[in-house]
Amino acid sequence: MDARDTPEQAELRRTARQLARQLGPRTVADLADGVRRKRLAGAVRDAGWLELRHDGGEGAPLASGVEAAIIADALGEAVADVAFAGPVLAADLARRAGVIRTDGAVVAFSADLIDAAVIPGPVTTTPIYAVDCAAESLEAAYVLIPEGSGYRLAQVQVDGAPDGADLTRAIRPIPVGARLLAVPGQSRVLTRADLDSWASLGLALTSADLIGITRGALDLTVAYAKERRQYGVAIGTFQAVQHLLAEALCLLEGAFSVALQASWGVDELGPDEARSAGRVAKAYCARAARTVCETAVQVHGGMGNTWDCIVHVYLRRALLSSQWFGDDGEQLRQIQRTRLGVTDGPA
Amino acid sequence: MDLRDSPAEAEFRARFRAWLAEHNPGLPVSSTDDEYWVRQAEWHTTLYDAGFFGLSWPSRFGGHDLPPVFDVILDEELAAAGAPPRPSLGYLVQGIATHASDAIQERFLPGLISGRERWCQGFSEPDAGSDLAALRTTATRDGDEYVINGHKIWTSYSDVADWCFLLARTDPAVPKHKGLSAFAVPMHQPGIEQRPLRMINGITTEFGQVLFDGARVAAANRIGEPGEGWRVAMTIVSHEREPGELGYVARYAKTVKELEETVRADPGAFRSDQREAVAWAYVQAEMLRLHVRRRLSERLEGLHHGPGGSIDKLLMTWVEQTVGSAALAASGSRAVIDAGDVALKIYLYSRAQSVMGGTSQIQKNIIATRILGLPTA
Repeated sequence: MDARDTPEQAELRRTARQLARQLGPRTVADLADGVRRKRLAGAVRDAGWLELRHDGGEGAPLASGVEAAIIADALGEAVADVAFAGPVLAADLARRAGVIRTDGAVVAFSADLIDAAVIPGPVTTTPIYAVDCAAESLEAAYVLIPEGSGYRLAQVQVDGAPDGADLTRAIRPIPVGARLLAVPGQSRVLTRADLDSWASLGLALTSADLIGITRGALDLTVAYAKERRQYGVAIGTFQAVQHLLAEALCLLEGAFSVALQASWGVDELGPDEARSAGRVAKAYCARAARTVCETAVQVHGGMGNTWDCIVHVYLRRALLSSQWFGDDGEQLRQIQRTRLGVTDGPA
Repeated sequence: MDLRDSPAEAEFRARFRAWLAEHNPGLPVSSTDDEYWVRQAEWHTTLYDAGFFGLSWPSRFGGHDLPPVFDVILDEELAAAGAPPRPSLGYLVQGIATHASDAIQERFLPGLISGRERWCQGFSEPDAGSDLAALRTTATRDGDEYVINGHKIWTSYSDVADWCFLLARTDPAVPKHKGLSAFAVPMHQPGIEQRPLRMINGITTEFGQVLFDGARVAAANRIGEPGEGWRVAMTIVSHEREPGELGYVARYAKTVKELEETVRADPGAFRSDQREAVAWAYVQAEMLRLHVRRRLSERLEGLHHGPGGSIDKLLMTWVEQTVGSAALAASGSRAVIDAGDVALKIYLYSRAQSVMGGTSQIQKNIIATRILGLPTA
């Protein structure tokens, strides 16, 4: 048992952080810089990070959930405005169905953003949402078609305008009536266990993103508290401020620890156990990130409540990562179902 | 990262699980009942004699020279079986092992680890709580001995201890942090009076006050050099803040397990907020279990202690108080109808966790200034 990064994982963590810091937005104005954003997207693509969950032989992914989570964490920390979890989750789902190439695809989710959209007919009949699409390009989004006791993949064209609270990752609504197109090359029907295992990756990646956001927001706020002066001294000298930031660091450390089992479990635990580990991590990380981002807004004072101060970019990103695959309330509801025998609400 | 048991870890886990199935003493939850504290010594020696205590400590003192992560396995198995936690004395072992002479280590560590000699820790005083360095108990040199006078408080196990790990002022002329020394003081002597303290949940056999009135200790029992007492104390309190050292993961997981079993027996008898409180307590306890796995994994590179213990202490405190509040929530009106309600006792006891071993406010000061590097006024 060793919860530490391997030397390769530590190196990946360093590289990913460096790249995300270098090319991620430093200010709200940077979000409008299309040249920077293209360079960031190109760097993520060239690093091969979008292919981590492609088939590395005999159906196993090229890299484990731990590596994917390390990158998600680094991108979250820098509020990097680049699609990562969306395409990686699409590739992971496609691999489970035996599809070889999935360039540019993401997954469409039901309106609660918890599950991949399930479409029983030839066209969509409710609004569904493609999450974490590349902002510039048109893409395909996978949906699930029931087949026997399992599911087959189909795809819809994503052409709605980017939307959503998160200013760094786009949600594109797919209108009712969108036509389902075939996904060629499927060699397997997806089982419930496949989807549980896939959801465990979703929980691990959104948890990792939340941990990164938490660290990024905390670092930014600690630096601000050392600099901003009131009553003739830095506001970081006041215990009232110090204690908020100390609590934030504890939440970050707890979140980091609780998510270890989730990212490792994606490929090493059975689907049920992996999903349970993901739920525990997500419940903790969602609450921690929300609390720390709210602390960041508070410590930044009046400026923290303006559009031009970057802290709301962290908070907004945390809101999406929290909802995606289910927020803390949803995870606690599922934990009650699986551990306490509570039967109300959907499974 | 590999969270799977190695073959040696898996073998240990299976062996301990099989042993525990036969030897679980079925004690009450640790913080709720005097019976627990009375029988805890017996549990210590039972664990030790079977080869399941002091796993990561040196074999020459009765330990097993195993990597620290074996303690996590022990805690996880104790929790799964609903067994009592391992005795919480790792911080004293670390204090002696870090600062004491070889002679003192050889004299005292075997008895401390085996449980044959019981210890208490004499640090806090009525007027020296958070400001520990203001303590006024004196140790005055008299030939080959020191003479002790003073008043210690919040002294766990003082009623049964054979030895007291005492922090006393040996030099009143120097600044307060520099005039302190540490000693192993024999408790069974005239000049020491022990008075029990009754905790808010009613238990009387955990905490005490100790009055020293001309008690004597051999100079050879000094731990570290004269004036090194503050450093010794800081080593001890930093480890006292670590859940991995204390074994509390098993304590919290046992309570959560019992809460879950209670709800599962009749989920419809609980409101959704009560059930959510229990689910959240489970998440918190899992967080701490995984946090300890991470911290003890980090020790594979060697033992460090520093301000990071304050982070662990706060996390542990939040877990204990979340679990305590969940117990209270799930108990509902029973906790106020019946003064003997276990959930009430667990809840009331949990409030001490944000005070003992350094208050949460002190931990936050340490984290803010020494880890985050925030300026002091």
